[in-house]
Amino acid sequence: MKATRDAFGEAIAALGEKNPRIVVLDADLGKSTMTGAFMKRFPERHFELGIAESNMIGAAAGLALCGKIPFVTSFACFLIGRLETIRVAVAYNQTNVKMVGTHAGLGIGEDGPSQMGLEDLGALRSLPHVTLLQPGDAEETRQIVAWAAEHKGPVYIRLTRQKVPDVHSGGYQWKLGRLDPVFTPAGETEHFQASVLAGGGTLEGAIDAAKALEKKGFSVRVFNAPTIKPLDSTDVLDAARNSNRLVSVEDHSVVGGLGSAVAEVLAGAGLPAPLIRLGATRFGESGTGAELYSKYGLSSEHIQDACIRNIPQ
Amino acid sequence: MAQAIQSVNIPRLEKIARELRVDVIRMLEAAGSGHPGGSFSEMEILVALYFHRLRHDPKNPAWEGRDRLILSKGHGCPGLYACLARAGYFPHEELASLRKIGSRLQGHPDRLRLPGIEVSTGSLGQGLSMAIGMALAAKLDGASWRTYCILGDGEIQEGQIWEAAMAAPKFNLDNLTVILDHNNGQIDGPVEEIMPLAPLPEKWKAFNWHVQCIDGHDFKEIFAALETADAVQGKPHAILAKTVKGKGVSFMEHQIEWHGKAPNREQAEKAVAELAGKPD
Repeated sequence: MKATRDAFGEAIAALGEKNPRIVVLDADLGKSTMTGAFMKRFPERHFELGIAESNMIGAAAGLALCGKIPFVTSFACFLIGRLETIRVAVAYNQTNVKMVGTHAGLGIGEDGPSQMGLEDLGALRSLPHVTLLQPGDAEETRQIVAWAAEHKGPVYIRLTRQKVPDVHSGGYQWKLGRLDPVFTPAGETEHFQASVLAGGGTLEGAIDAAKALEKKGFSVRVFNAPTIKPLDSTDVLDAARNSNRLVSVEDHSVVGGLGSAVAEVLAGAGLPAPLIRLGATRFGESGTGAELYSKYGLSSEHIQDACIRNIPQ
Repeated sequence: MAQAIQSVNIPRLEKIARELRVDVIRMLEAAGSGHPGGSFSEMEILVALYFHRLRHDPKNPAWEGRDRLILSKGHGCPGLYACLARAGYFPHEELASLRKIGSRLQGHPDRLRLPGIEVSTGSLGQGLSMAIGMALAAKLDGASWRTYCILGDGEIQEGQIWEAAMAAPKFNLDNLTVILDHNNGQIDGPVEEIMPLAPLPEKWKAFNWHVQCIDGHDFKEIFAALETADAVQGKPHAILAKTVKGKGVSFMEHQIEWHGKAPNREQAEKAVAELAGKPD
């Protein structure tokens, strides 16, 4: 178990050793976005911009235009609050800026709704040139951060505050755009009751749900969907063809994120497979992450229900 | 690298500024829209930079050692385009394509379309942050090139400007020079009515900048301020340039209506005749 923000902190410090062009910018949340190790090892390449995210993002664009590879970090909600700066300084200018938004979704728990990033993917998905990624565990975070540093162009990486289980073993290789099967029920290879697409904080509940349903005789597959944009349509359509239904579950607004991206693929292909989208439909509240997932419809029980309940024709 | 002001051929620069104003009039007339007022208030500042001060190479716009100039008030781009064409970044004929479909000369500057544009701007308040990033990169690399950022006075009503104004002195960015085109006009009216900025020098001083106030149409004052900025170390530089919106064309000067309006044929001919009639 490790929070993906912690995995990011380790990854960026290690990458800093290899690539002197990497710089990190913070807006007084480095202690929470886990840039401390980088700052300690490379103080000259770490810039503290204070509680002024727009200026941080703009400064990162300027650094990128001069050959640096800037990683800007803050809570997802505070980065996306500066959408206009991201739109022009990062996306329109196509600057090589890596935006790292931590504290994704309801899963942050006690800090409450004003700190929960629930709209970041929806807002950013409408911007051209920006790649949107949400790693599912520590290993995938390490690979995605390394890829982002090499990739030329704007990237947004969405990370959890809370710990998430390791779903990948050592041999795993992340691939841009692709779905990553993380659970397949024993014996089944052809057709499934449901395919669940999850990511980040919702993966654990999705796998738990599939295991519980397996005991009840339902075959449910779980895919980790680490790429929100560009999402490979082939994998989504394959999953749809082989399943009675698709279920997307995300710790993000049910509008604009993974579920919407999947719906666009399905609608475009004219496939009859129904899609049930689970996600936030309102602002959250304070509580434990688990309590919030239960109250706001993202728990294992909710996912199980979405996999087997009758769909009115 | 500082050059004595005495060595500057000011009549030559005055002639260039006049000719570029004619270019701007012709461009806007052909486009049927655009911003003459701010293009004319910033003209001497741009001419001083492009035709004397900046280390740049129009044949090699990506030269790493070049000075960087960001026109943060992106709507002033007709003035910038005229400078870039004259300097040799692209053919003079292309100026006529301003704002036309498929043109590299967008309504606001686009760095990915047109050589010589450092940053795509037009969303006011963002240029200074990007200039800070560039100045930080130069410091990090131990490079001697400088970053210049031209701001509009209406533009500094944006909050991001003051985030940036706070940050630049923290990093001792003495390789950064801001030039404020203080023409006291914005779309809805005089700046001092829309949202007063006074006391302007005091504000920038309070944010810990090295501040100079000049006449933004007087080449001697512009060069003197740029040289002083080069010489003073440890702080970023703010040159607050008092300018006249629409400067150079009698019926446009101080007239808010010429902020974002193109001249018709008759007005264009009158403006060109006026500009041409001034002695070399």
